[in-house]
Formats: sequence, C-alpha cells, structure tokens
Amino acid sequence: MKLPSLRDVATEARLLLIGIPVFLWTMIPIYHMFLFAISPKEDAFSGKLWPDHPTLHNFTIVFKQQHYFLRDFYAQFWNSLVIAAAVGVLTLVIATAAAFSISRLRVPGGRIVMNLALFTYFIPAAFLAVPMYRTMGNYGLLNNHWSLILAMVTIASPYAIWVLKQASDKLPVELDEAAVMDGATTLQIFRMVYVPLMMPSLVAIGTYAVLLAWNEYLYAFLLLSNDREITLPVALGNFLAADDSPWELLMTTGFIYALPPAAIYYAFRRYMVGGLTAGAVKS
Amino acid sequence: MAITLSGDQALPGPPLSSRLTPAQVWGIVLLAPYLLVFLAFVVYPVCYGLWLARAPSNYVALYNDPIFARAAVNTLIFLVIGINIKMVIALFLSGFFAVQRPWIKWLSVIFILPWAVPSIPTILSVRFMFNPEWGVINHLIFSFTGDDGPNWLNDPTVALTMAIGVHIWKSLPFWTLILITGRLAIPHDLFEAAEVDGASWWQKFRYITWPSMQTLYITCTLLSMIWTLGDFNSVYLLTGGGPADLTHVLATLGIRYLRLDQLSLAMASIVCAMPFVLPLVYFMMKRLSR
Repeated sequence: MKLPSLRDVATEARLLLIGIPVFLWTMIPIYHMFLFAISPKEDAFSGKLWPDHPTLHNFTIVFKQQHYFLRDFYAQFWNSLVIAAAVGVLTLVIATAAAFSISRLRVPGGRIVMNLALFTYFIPAAFLAVPMYRTMGNYGLLNNHWSLILAMVTIASPYAIWVLKQASDKLPVELDEAAVMDGATTLQIFRMVYVPLMMPSLVAIGTYAVLLAWNEYLYAFLLLSNDREITLPVALGNFLAADDSPWELLMTTGFIYALPPAAIYYAFRRYMVGGLTAGAVKS
Repeated sequence: MAITLSGDQALPGPPLSSRLTPAQVWGIVLLAPYLLVFLAFVVYPVCYGLWLARAPSNYVALYNDPIFARAAVNTLIFLVIGINIKMVIALFLSGFFAVQRPWIKWLSVIFILPWAVPSIPTILSVRFMFNPEWGVINHLIFSFTGDDGPNWLNDPTVALTMAIGVHIWKSLPFWTLILITGRLAIPHDLFEAAEVDGASWWQKFRYITWPSMQTLYITCTLLSMIWTLGDFNSVYLLTGGGPADLTHVLATLGIRYLRLDQLSLAMASIVCAMPFVLPLVYFMMKRLSR
C-alpha cells in the first residue's frame, strides 16, 4: 500500500478547510428548522443544540390542526398544491405552443414576441407585483385562486418559452419536412413529432413552473388574503403577526412545506441541471 | 376561430388568408394564448401603472421621503457589495467543487439544498436564530461569555448585512452551479500543459480560468443584479424593512407603499429604478437573443 505523501495530506487538509465551513453554512438554517420541528416548546426556546426529549408531537398538532394558526392547514396545503399544478400545466401548454409556433412554424413576428417575453423575464417580479395587484383588482380576481395562477403563469412563461425555443431550434428541420411529405398536418407534427422529442425539456419546464408557484410568497400574499384561500407560505408568514407565535409549530409546518419541492428537485435534478442551468446563461 | 381572426387583425395589410400558409395560421393560433397573457397581465398593468405614476408630484413626494432615499442606498449596497461578494465566492467555490473527490460530490448535493427548498421557512429559521431573547445564537453567547448578546435585527447595519447574508445563502448554490458548468467546459489539456510548465495556481487562474470564464462571470453578475432588485423575501421576511423602516430595499418599499394604499408612490418608486434596470435588461437581451 502506498502511503499518502505529505503534499497529498496538505491538499486534502486545505480542501477540508473549505468543505467544512461550506457544509456548516449550508446546513445550519436547515438544521435549526429541523431541530425546532422535533423539539417540545421548552427545549426549542432554550437554545439547545439537540432536544432532551425529541418528539414528533409538533407534527401531530399540525396534522390534526390543533392550533389557532393551523386550523386551515389542509385547506392551505391543498390550495398550494392545486395552484402549483395549475401553473405547471398552463405554463407547459402556453409555452410549448408558443415555442413551437416561433421556432418550428416561424410565425411572422415570432422574433418580436420572443424578445418581449425575454424582456418580461428580466423585469424583477417584485416590480411587476405592484401594478399586477391593481390589475387583478380591476379584473375582479383578487382573493380568487385564478389571480395567483395567472400571475404565476405570466412570470413563468417567458423563461419557459425561451428554454423551449432554444431546445426546439436544435431539432433538425428535416424532421418536419419528412412529416409534411408523409402528409402530416401541423397539429399532427406538433403531437407526434414535436412533443415526444421535446420531452426532457418539457419535464424540466413543468418542474420549474410547479416549483416557482409552490415557492411563491410575494404574489400569494398580495393576491390572496382570506384564511381559507391562502397558500401555505402566506400562512407561514401570518404566524409572525402575533408576538407569542408558536415558532416550533411554524418551523414544523415550514419543514412539511419544504419537503415536496426538495424531493421534486432532487428527483428531477438531471433534467433541471441539463435543461435549466445550461440554458439560464448562454456563455 | 375567433382567436385566429383577432390574430389576423393584429397584422397590417389586406386579405391575409391569401398570403398566409396554413402552417402560419396555426402559428398565430398557437402563439395567441401567450399573447393574450402578455397583453392582459404585462402590457395592461405596466401601462396602467405608468399612467398612475405620471404626476410629477409623486416624484417630489418620493424625493422628500427619507425612507425612499434610504431604500435606494440600501438597494445599491445590496447590489454592488452583496452581489459582488456572492459572485466571487461562487467563482471560488466552483473551483472547489470541480475537484474530483467522492466526498466533494456528496457535499455538492447537500450544497444545493438552500436553492431547492422554499425560502420562507429557512429565512424565518434564521430570523429566530438571531432572536435576542430565545434565539440559539444569544443563548450560546450567554453560555460562553455570561453576557447578553446584541439585539441583532434592531441595528439597521447589522440587519441589512444579515439580509444580504440570507440572500447569499439562498442563491449562492445556483450561481456556483452555473460557474461549475462554465469551468468544466475549459479543455483540460490547457491545465495539464500549464502544469508541465510549472505554473502556479494563481497563474493558472489568471491565464487560463479567468479568460475563459470572464464573459460568463460578468453575465452572471449582471443577471444576478437584475434579479436581486426583485428580491423581496430576503429583506421582508428577515427584517420586515425595520427597524424604523431603515432596511427597506426598492422591492419591499414598493410593497410598503402599496400596503399604505399609496399606489402611485409605489409605481413612482419603481419608475425611478428604471434608468438603472433598463440598460442592464437591454444588455442581457442583446447577449441572450444572439
């Protein structure tokens, strides 16, 4: 067996000197949240790094809705779920159609629409939130789930169209030409050639839109206010309204709320990294 | 069919049906849903908002509002200092994560967590860690020194720094990931040749890594600046703009005016940011639509 040289040891030590702080920096806020979720109130508030009596009691309280702040937990969870799913589906439909139209059918004016969409993508969402709030009021959609769904579709579509257009520009033109030769109509090309070939990008974009909607706080908090209509993140924010907030329950609910997106992210990581980050910044 | 017709009308010139191929007609039909969304939820709100912000008196009111000036300065600090620190760290870490070790591969999976989980619960978690009475940080300070820790979020400088820290915590993984892809795209034989020539790590960085990643790095920095302008959560959920409205940034200030029912002021504050935003947006669009 070859003994590691002094130089190897020094390199490894230097790597650890970076790796350990990175690990701590990343994990501390998440660990702190987890710690609260499994701690009884007294332990959580006494600054212990590990509770004397770890317990799942907080989860029981959340799941049985046994607290004033949690009385609509299931309704709010369901709202988050429905809105995220609707945003995912609508974004996919709208963006796929638009990308097909711009990239494959070369619709007149497609380039302008693409640039307008990109422009929207770069306007900070918090800036658009102000006029969007008033607009939804004018449309009579405030406090209605459609307001949040449509707002999130508006925000998700530009990037979705851009990524899908980039991906579909890479498909060879010959495919469409061959299909036309075989007598395929435009819709048939869309359904039977385009969508199957675009599957990996579609998965990435669907995931992107679902996560964006599930995680959204600002728009949800502006557009929805009724306790039974709000989504989970807004409910979490509402915990702060009281001085004696049950932080251990807030962290438990937050932990439950953070699990689905984390799971989805890791499940689709391959698609996300390939489809999104590569497209996010074209070098 | 109604959609087709409205699409046709948007185009100039007489009898279009004769000029358009069926594929182009379908193109318009398929593009119509996005155009509708764009008109109803981007064009209309933006025009309406600009119309609300048209009166010069709004800008006088903003000019006289010390909170606005403070928010503008805070935003500038957030962007110029916060983003540059973040991007330098991301550049550094991209080199770290490019090292081939099994444990570094595992660490990179964990490192993504802040990006993968929603920001609300984690920001609130940080907020409670720094709670002066019950937070774990002040408990630790007390047990080590016997003194009460500071009231962290009550000091505007500390609070703003922490908001920047939270922002970095959340978005560092994303930018590191992008820079890793950039770094891995550099041909490996360049480094091997440099190794043979006895180049130091600084020389390798200076003459190989940086020249190849420069454009990507600058694009990332600018893009991050644009997006950070819209970072509402890091400030709002951590400090709520406080103490005494001293830690607002433009993103939270607009919402604050909105909550105070001063919509035209909210829009005016956003209009004031446009001279900075639009050149950045223009530059990014030039780069991305090439």
